Amino acid sequence: MKGRPLAAIVSAGLSKFGKRDGFSSRELFAEAVKEAFDTCPNLDPKKDIKALIVGNMSEAFEHQCHSAPIMSDWAGILPAPSVRVEVACASSGAAIRYGLFAIISGLCDVVMVGGFEKMTNRTTLEATEYLAMASDFPLEQWNGATFPALFALMATAHMHKYGTTEEQMALVAVKNHHNGTLNPKAHMQREVTVEQVLSSRIIAKPLKLFDCSLISDGASCAILTRPDIARKYTDTPVYIIGSGHGTDAIGLYERDDLTSLKATRIAAKEAYDMAGLSPKDIDVAEVHDCFTIAEIIAYEDLGFCNPGEGGKFIESGAPTLDGSLPVNTSGGLKAKGHPVGATGVAQLYEIFLQLTGQADKRQVDDCEIGLTHNLGGSGATCIVHIYRRG
Amino acid sequence: MSEAAQFTIEQFYRFIAEKKIMAVKCENCGKILIPPRPLCPNCLSTSLKWIQLKGRGKLLTYTVIHVAPEKFQHLVPYIFGIVELDEGVRLPGIIQGVKPEDLKIGMTLEIDFKVDIPQTWPQWPRYFFKPP
Repeated sequence: MKGRPLAAIVSAGLSKFGKRDGFSSRELFAEAVKEAFDTCPNLDPKKDIKALIVGNMSEAFEHQCHSAPIMSDWAGILPAPSVRVEVACASSGAAIRYGLFAIISGLCDVVMVGGFEKMTNRTTLEATEYLAMASDFPLEQWNGATFPALFALMATAHMHKYGTTEEQMALVAVKNHHNGTLNPKAHMQREVTVEQVLSSRIIAKPLKLFDCSLISDGASCAILTRPDIARKYTDTPVYIIGSGHGTDAIGLYERDDLTSLKATRIAAKEAYDMAGLSPKDIDVAEVHDCFTIAEIIAYEDLGFCNPGEGGKFIESGAPTLDGSLPVNTSGGLKAKGHPVGATGVAQLYEIFLQLTGQADKRQVDDCEIGLTHNLGGSGATCIVHIYRRG
Repeated sequence: MSEAAQFTIEQFYRFIAEKKIMAVKCENCGKILIPPRPLCPNCLSTSLKWIQLKGRGKLLTYTVIHVAPEKFQHLVPYIFGIVELDEGVRLPGIIQGVKPEDLKIGMTLEIDFKVDIPQTWPQWPRYFFKPP
């Protein structure tokens, strides 16, 4: 069997994503934690969990730094040491990776990883400004860039180089909205058509409102253990068998290629090599569709199709639920929502459900190998994990 | 120009205020760095010197921003792009003096300056691009 287990996932939890008026991030985190504890009765959280690594992008939303101890406290696992990791929208993807390091080091047998972001308490203008902080300040932000604008620059370049179309990008939104209707925890619970996407208002040409992911509230968590003790906690563990982390210059203008993200290619290669697998082995994937173009570029950078063929890949139907490689069965960032710090572990949660046969109406038949792809900023950070059914 | 000018972003914008687009060239490996830095990320040398760029280049990619941060709302919709300067380095920025429908990847653009220095940090002017 390929893929030496690095750690086991024995349980996971996810809050409902959406506009969670009246709830702050610590309450949302407790909601995710409750699910993870309730579904893992053999776990004694106070005794077993040796650390919490939690991803969160911005203290600006809730005026709260030093949030890691709060999350340990609200999870009821004090005095478990906790730390917040931040690499923009890849913060909880990084939490998974540093959770792995804690397990592999031998220092911890059981750790909790998680993520959270409260966003909808702010106006769209405020949220846009806080999110833009993940791009380069001195040249990009100072000179008028927005986050959607950076991905729009990639979209324009991709369209120019490969002939990718706005219709192909719209198909990503249509697919992910459909999947979101099958996920009760998704923020957005409605179908959209290509025409609706194309006629939605322009945010940063060629990206329109329906090409953009959602500003959402949410939290996620998972319990990782040493592989050899996983069955003490569950009969159906999922193993993490590959982990990759790519880093690139923060400024899009500093990168050689505007149609591909080098950080993704580096992270994917590291994860595939570690797992001893190739893209054709992947049965189901959650990729970082912060904008529709990002999903198209991810198909290419992850090796699901050749460079430049991401538009044709979505057109072929391959990444739809009944296609050859379903992508973003959860609805993705586009429809499930994108509480940025929660996203990496939320992707893991979906793969955990899929590989343990718990994905209900959106269950992919007979899936054994899953992948998550989590981007930070405009692609200066990418974290890829590969999972195998236990 | 002072010989003592530090290889900092602050200094880059002081030059912008003088309507000069200045980069740092590594005297060891020849890499041009913009914005300037005190350490060449290519060869780790600190043997650096200022060079003035011509301020001309070709448009690599662009977008038209309709939803903008507060400071830029008065410009909406505005064009934002990445320009590859003749010296081979790239800069992002707002493009003025051209209609969105007339934009073409590969078109020549020049840097111009808007020397309007804010009262609070960061006290930086801005540059922008326009057709020659």
